This record gives sequence, C-alpha cells and structure tokens, in this order.
Amino acid sequence: MRITRGTIPALLAAGTLAAGLAACGGGNAPPSTTSTPGTTETAKLSGTVTVFAAASLKATFTKIAAGFEAANPGTKVTLNFAGSSDLVTQITQGAPADVFASADTKNMSKLSDAKLIDGAAANFATNVLEIAVPPSNPANITSFADLAKPDIKVVVCAPQVPCGSATETIEKATGTSLAPVSEESSVTDVLGKVTSQEADAGLVYVTDVKTAGDKVKGIPFTESDKAVNTYPIATVGGSKNKQLAQAFIDAVIGAEGKKVLTDAGFGTP
Amino acid sequence: MPSRSRNGYTGVPPWIYAIAAAGALFVLLPLAAMVAKVNWNQFIPLITSQSSLTALGLSLRTSATSTALCVVLGVPLALVLARGTFPGQRLLRAFVLLPLVLPPVVGGIALLYTFGRQGLLGKSLEVAGIQIAFSTTAVVLAQTFVALPFLVVSLEGALRTAGTRYEAVAATLGARPTTVLRRVSIPLVLPGLASGAVLSFARCLGEFGATLTFAGSLQGVTRTLPLEIYLQRETDADAAVALSLVLVAVAVAVVGLSYRRSRPLPAKEATSP
Repeated sequence: MRITRGTIPALLAAGTLAAGLAACGGGNAPPSTTSTPGTTETAKLSGTVTVFAAASLKATFTKIAAGFEAANPGTKVTLNFAGSSDLVTQITQGAPADVFASADTKNMSKLSDAKLIDGAAANFATNVLEIAVPPSNPANITSFADLAKPDIKVVVCAPQVPCGSATETIEKATGTSLAPVSEESSVTDVLGKVTSQEADAGLVYVTDVKTAGDKVKGIPFTESDKAVNTYPIATVGGSKNKQLAQAFIDAVIGAEGKKVLTDAGFGTP
Repeated sequence: MPSRSRNGYTGVPPWIYAIAAAGALFVLLPLAAMVAKVNWNQFIPLITSQSSLTALGLSLRTSATSTALCVVLGVPLALVLARGTFPGQRLLRAFVLLPLVLPPVVGGIALLYTFGRQGLLGKSLEVAGIQIAFSTTAVVLAQTFVALPFLVVSLEGALRTAGTRYEAVAATLGARPTTVLRRVSIPLVLPGLASGAVLSFARCLGEFGATLTFAGSLQGVTRTLPLEIYLQRETDADAAVALSLVLVAVAVAVVGLSYRRSRPLPAKEATSP
C-alpha cells in the first residue's frame, strides 16, 4: 500500500523529533539518584540536589554549593536562579526541584499553602533596601526624604514585586511619597537604570549594591528597617532525595553558609 | 490558482503532511492551552481594569505613532534599496535588517547608549531641553527600531516584483522622478506597503525587550500591554492570561488583515497604468 511507504518515514521522523526534544529538556531532568530515600541516616550523601533559588541569591548560593560539593564528594548541586514568583510557578507546574529558597515569605507561603513543601520553611537571611546612586551622585542624595524632591529621577520596583512592596511599606511608614519615573518589574532593572546613569537614584537591596561594586554608590538610610525582607528555605514535597536536600539546607543555615551570606551583605533573621 | 493546485500535481509527499501537522500543532497547542487557562468569569473585569485599559490605550497609541514613523522612514529606505545603485548598498541592507535578528534587549541597550542621558545624542538633546529616557517618546523609538525592517523588507520585495517598466514608460512620457514616484511607483506597491505597515504595527504592539531596557515601566507613560502582562504575572496569573489573550486576538486580527491585503499582489500584472 502507498500509505505504508509514506507512514514509516513519518513515524521515524516523529520519533527523531521526540528524541531531540527529550534531549533538549535533559538539562533539568530529575537526577537518577543512587541513594534511595529512607535508607539509614548514616548513609553517605550522594546524588544530585536541584536547588531553585531567588535571583538575588545567585552569588552566595553558587559559593555555598561549591563548598557543599567539596565537603561531600559524590554529590552535585544543580542551581536554578529566577524571580521567586517564577520559581513558584515552575515548581507548581511540576519542575523537578529538591530545595526552594525564596526572597520573601509570601512566595514560600504560596507553595506551603499548595502543600508542595516538606515540613516547615526555615528563615536563613534578611535583606533591606538601600538607595543606589551613580558613583558621582549627580543629584546629591543623602537621605530617603531626598528622593521625594522634585526633578529627581528615581526608579523603584513596582508594588507587585517584593522590592516594590518593601518600597511602598517604607513610603507609608515615613509619610514620604515618591514620584518615580519608572516602576520596574525586577530589582536588576532598577539597578540597570542607575548603572547606566539614566536615573539619579534607585531603591534596591543592600546586597545588590554590594554586587554592583563601584558602578553604583550605596546610601543606607535608617528607615530601611521598616521593611525587612526575610528569606525562607524549604525542601520541596516532590523531592526524590530529601536527605540530600536537607543536608544542603543545613549547609545554608550552618556556619559556613551564614558567613557567605553575611559577607554578601545579608542580615541574619 | 487554488483550483489548479487542488487538481494538479502538488509534489508534496504524504509524510510531509504528518510533520507539517506536528509543526502546526506546536504553534497552536500552547495558544489553546492558554485559552483553556482563561478565567472566563473574571475575564471582562480583568481586561477592563484601570491599569489594563491604560496599558492597552498606550500600546495602541504608541504602535500607531511608530508605524507612521516606520512608513515615513521606511518608504525612502526601501526605494533606495530596491531602485538605487550605490556603493555599500548590500551592507546598508544588512544593517537595516539587523533589528530583525537582534534580541530586542540588545536593541534597547543600543538605544540607551544613543538617546539616553549619557548617550551619543542624548547629551546634546538634554542641552536642548529634550529628555527622552522614561518618556513615551522612548517607547515609540524602541518600537520603531524593531519594526522598521518589517516595512522595509515587505516594500522592497513589492518594489522588485513590480519592476521598473511602468516607471520607465512614465519617465519617457516626460514625468519627473517625483511625479513617477507619486503617480506610478507608490500606487503600484500600495498593497505591499499596506501589509508592511500592518506587520510593523503588530511588531510594535508586541515589543517588550527594548522598551523594558530603554524606556522603563510607568503606568500611562511607558507601561505598554506586554510590560503590563509581565508585571501582572508576578501577582495575578489570571490577569496576565486574560491580557495575553487580548494581545493574541489583536495579533490574529492584524495578521489576518495583512494576509488578505497581500493576496492581490501577484495579480498586479493585470492593472494597467
């Protein structure tokens, strides 16, 4: 039959396509763990732990993960950084995460409300806002109140994202109302507007100012303690290697993790 | 034309249809999945909220302005590329088409260093009292930058297909170049120009990366519909999906319009000058 002649190559092609797609997705595939959950607690740690962490944790978690792998030969930490709400969406849609570290308690609550985390989340770091200005500080900003002056181009996060809701809290607490020229959807975009000197000032996290090095100048302000962001971490319910996940969480909460975080400007909860 | 291909030899092996179907499904399935996710009870309130309407209005206004700018700048560019002969013509075409393949974020960065406060032209503009950063003008510039190639490509193609016969005849009859352009060339390629403009409009409407990088995001000033969707997604997934559907509907309408407009192109031999 003519159909068969045409069908076989079609099936072959479809098969190749499927195999290709599978290979594409391989990067995030769940680890084929060698240690089965439920073995004795003294069992040596091994396998891969996939950590979904807030974008602001990129530098610190990369460091902590390297230390963890060195201390536990045979383990591998796969890191995935994105905005906390993006990560929540990914985990809700079934992304294979073992550990989730959020930049705020709100996004962690979304996961725990959906019964997608194992046990309770532990708070491991805090972060506060700081004013970032270009190194020359062209608008002469020295305090939070200065940001409300007319003719000053200030960029903040939109109220929908964590850094923006922190900004809003401080505005309310101090009775200062800002008239930003832009409300960005991520703190990196705010920082970008300051490093490119398009804005006179931006409100970002202390840790962002530290990461940016000498591209921006940080101006701490006392009112920042009105909005302290707390970072929680937890094992994801669907994790296939909960023992390793917990070990990584311990490393973050433990002394070495704390040192890395403090060096980067994070506070302790 | 369609009847001929239906009865005659098409030359498409049957298995090609299977892969083509997979390709079509690959495009349509995500759209269907999104439609399935729409919260229909809340759909109308979600898309008619103050912030959504402001964003939609801003998107339509800026896209219309950018499309007009694309026509003003793109028609001469296409004419020069299709009819002119000068050294560096190929290079010019390659550069004009560059925004087609550039990631929009890169376009945004490039615009920032041109029109930004510290940019190449921005400093002089600031002295003249013109501030582009964080203004609606910045949105229009970003959209024009990414959409211009669409108009130039469509129009240059139309000009080449139309050929120079009628223009030459008009010239021998004593018409001056500007008259030839106005009375012969432009009317001949009007369908191509229209479809190019519609495509540019669609590209403007969807512009996100360059706007985000270059213009910022402020309700009513620079926050166009794609930026609003990106922001809503942080807190209200239902609103993001509903707004996405609005954008899909507009895009489908625009593409449908451009498809119908571009159909008469091959039949243009029949038109007598």
